[in-house]
Amino acid sequence: MKDKRITLSHGAGGRLSHDLIEEYFVPCFDNDPLRALDDSAVIPVQSGQANRLAFTTDSYVVKPLFFPGGDIGRLAICGTVNDLAMAGARPLGLTASFILEEGLSLEDLKQVLVSMKGAAAEAGVAVVAGDTKVVEHGAAEGLYITTAGIGQIPDNVTITSAQAKPGDAVMVSGPIGDHEIAVLMARGEFSLQGEVESDCAPLNSLVQAMLKVCPAIHSLRDPTRGGLATVLWEIAQASGKGVVVEEGAVPIRKEVKGVCDLLGFDPYYLANEGKLVAFVPEKEAAKVLKAMQKHPLGKEATVIGKVTLGNPGKVLLHTPIGGHRLLEPLSGEQFPRIC
Amino acid sequence: MCLGIPGQIVSITENQLAVVDFNGVRREVSLMLCPELAVGDYCLVHVGFAMQRLEPEEAQETMELLDEFLEASGESS
Amino acid sequence: MNPHNRPDEGRLAPRLIEEITRLADSPMRLMEVCGTHTVAIFRSGIRSMLPPGVELISGPGCPVCVTPAGEIDRAIALSRREDMILATFGDLMRVPGSSSSLQEERAQGRAVRVILSPLDAVKIAEEHPDKTVCFFGVGFETTSPAIAAAVMEAQRKGCNNFYLLSSQRLIPPAMRALLSAGKVNIDGFILPGHVSVVIGKAPYCFLAEEFSLPGVITGFEPLDILEGIYLLLRQRKEGRTEIEIQYSRVVQKEGNPRARGIMGEVFAPVDARWRGLGTIPASGLALRDGFSQMDATQAFDLPLQDIAETPGCLCGEVLQGLVRPPECSLFGTRCTPEDPVGPCMVSTEGSCAAYYKYGRGNEG
Repeated sequence: MKDKRITLSHGAGGRLSHDLIEEYFVPCFDNDPLRALDDSAVIPVQSGQANRLAFTTDSYVVKPLFFPGGDIGRLAICGTVNDLAMAGARPLGLTASFILEEGLSLEDLKQVLVSMKGAAAEAGVAVVAGDTKVVEHGAAEGLYITTAGIGQIPDNVTITSAQAKPGDAVMVSGPIGDHEIAVLMARGEFSLQGEVESDCAPLNSLVQAMLKVCPAIHSLRDPTRGGLATVLWEIAQASGKGVVVEEGAVPIRKEVKGVCDLLGFDPYYLANEGKLVAFVPEKEAAKVLKAMQKHPLGKEATVIGKVTLGNPGKVLLHTPIGGHRLLEPLSGEQFPRIC
Repeated sequence: MCLGIPGQIVSITENQLAVVDFNGVRREVSLMLCPELAVGDYCLVHVGFAMQRLEPEEAQETMELLDEFLEASGESS
Repeated sequence: MNPHNRPDEGRLAPRLIEEITRLADSPMRLMEVCGTHTVAIFRSGIRSMLPPGVELISGPGCPVCVTPAGEIDRAIALSRREDMILATFGDLMRVPGSSSSLQEERAQGRAVRVILSPLDAVKIAEEHPDKTVCFFGVGFETTSPAIAAAVMEAQRKGCNNFYLLSSQRLIPPAMRALLSAGKVNIDGFILPGHVSVVIGKAPYCFLAEEFSLPGVITGFEPLDILEGIYLLLRQRKEGRTEIEIQYSRVVQKEGNPRARGIMGEVFAPVDARWRGLGTIPASGLALRDGFSQMDATQAFDLPLQDIAETPGCLCGEVLQGLVRPPECSLFGTRCTPEDPVGPCMVSTEGSCAAYYKYGRGNEG
């Protein structure tokens, strides 16, 4: 039957709830711990030299649900995998909790689940537990997803924002701002047309490739909401060091720059979902950069700056004309401006 | 006080509306204030209106003039 | 090719700085009238490159900064009406009125739409014939022709649910008022490039003729601004006082007469209040009689309250270039971009916000 939709009965815990899980969720995420349908998923821990766990959670509420380069499902998997990866962890398992709006088409739900399955496969991780609730029409927008993830950190890896050291090379894995601009254009709010795709991708294999050549990476962050500027500022604050960035070195696609010009946005504050910022010891920088550039998700990786002893807690941007200015974290929402 | 962005006219529809390309991103722009603009022209756009025709050759020229002037004054100082 | 693109700016900028330094043998205080210049100056780090003798002072050219709180209150009152969609530029969303902002109103479920073009507001009116759509239009001469064109378009299409709340202001009268007050100490003006696209060169000639002050109509790329500063210094060196056009790749001497024509057809100059500057004769724009049916102030009961400025807020002095933002005791403490007290902290192009965001702790 075409155009079947979620009803409140799907969330009542009875037969329909069971059918929804059996027909849609279980076959899609198909794995042993999930298939058991017990109250908790039981997952094996790889023994060996990884005695610390990374544990994270995030909620996803994007509008529209589908956009060029991704959808809410792909976002929910990648976001949590990336949070684990930024601690140097290998993901062991994810959970996914769904708030479904009454009236959501089952076709859309299916599409989101298939996309989640694909992203999880890319990341080499399974969704081992989940939950579903239905809220009445108007109480949500389509669906919301909360994912949580657990991962194991190799004993020789310690990555935190506080560890940035003077001399560290600051790198980004590719052009910034694609995700936020892609979603903004997909919303159609400002009648902008253009081919910008979200960068939404799981970064754990890129991080593994980097750690393989340099387990001593000091700091890793994925610049999601708040963008590059906010992440750099947070690392400067946490480490008590200064960060100097060469503005001309920060990669930005021309279409993203075009939208920023039109709306008066600052690209340093735009959200990314498949990029990372790495603070790497000076001597290892070339090696790490090469490893990044060999990886499909780091082809456009580049060094954008370095850590300094001076200007502690601040991010200084060197402008192409030879001036400098401070880069502050994002404050509030960026509104398009005419001035 | 006013952002003005250069763009290039891709096509003109009826009612003095044009599609303008800004670095690969396109938006509809009104030509009411610059009706003489044609497809291929560059223009300065503010709040969805073309405000002025731009001449890339002229921009190039003034740029070269500045360059030459700075060269000359650099040698004499 | 993008006509603003200057790939060799990294090479030319230091050379311009050299020339500026050579000419800056005595102090020169220059006012950039336009807030977009203020932002461009901070974003490009120009202040960090200038010799100590050259001081840049931010002027009153930010519509958000000079719009009195009472006018924001009127827009907020409109947004609270049933069946109302209030459309406005994003710049205005955070500006505090006396007790709320449009952003806060939107959070409470009012239909406040951020638009890019005044024509978007007309489109909203067409798409929602059952609603009343009001465009809260701020802007200077650059924006007014576009607002005028949208008003004509709404009339042509017979959109009888479209209204305009005009909060527009004109630059030359404000500059005259600023200079006539006799408080400011300025040696020259970096004149607004995009306002000049519309009005051309003539409206600034009084600066040179009556006040013996030079002005250069300047573009917004870093090299444009450096060249504008250089041209002002060169005038002093050569003993000239005139209005020059640096931004000649965009600005015509005569401006855009068609844009001015449309603006004049729809709007008539009226006295207007400016935050920090008081009431300035013929410095605002109101709809002419033929369009008065779209005038929100006539269609709705919208009394204009005189709202006192917050005690301690020096936005008025900042707008006149009398104090620099960090000299205000609220700056960075009670007044931040997240929780602004005065409008100069709200607008991204406001001097206070620009100082906070791009220049805090990074002076000189």
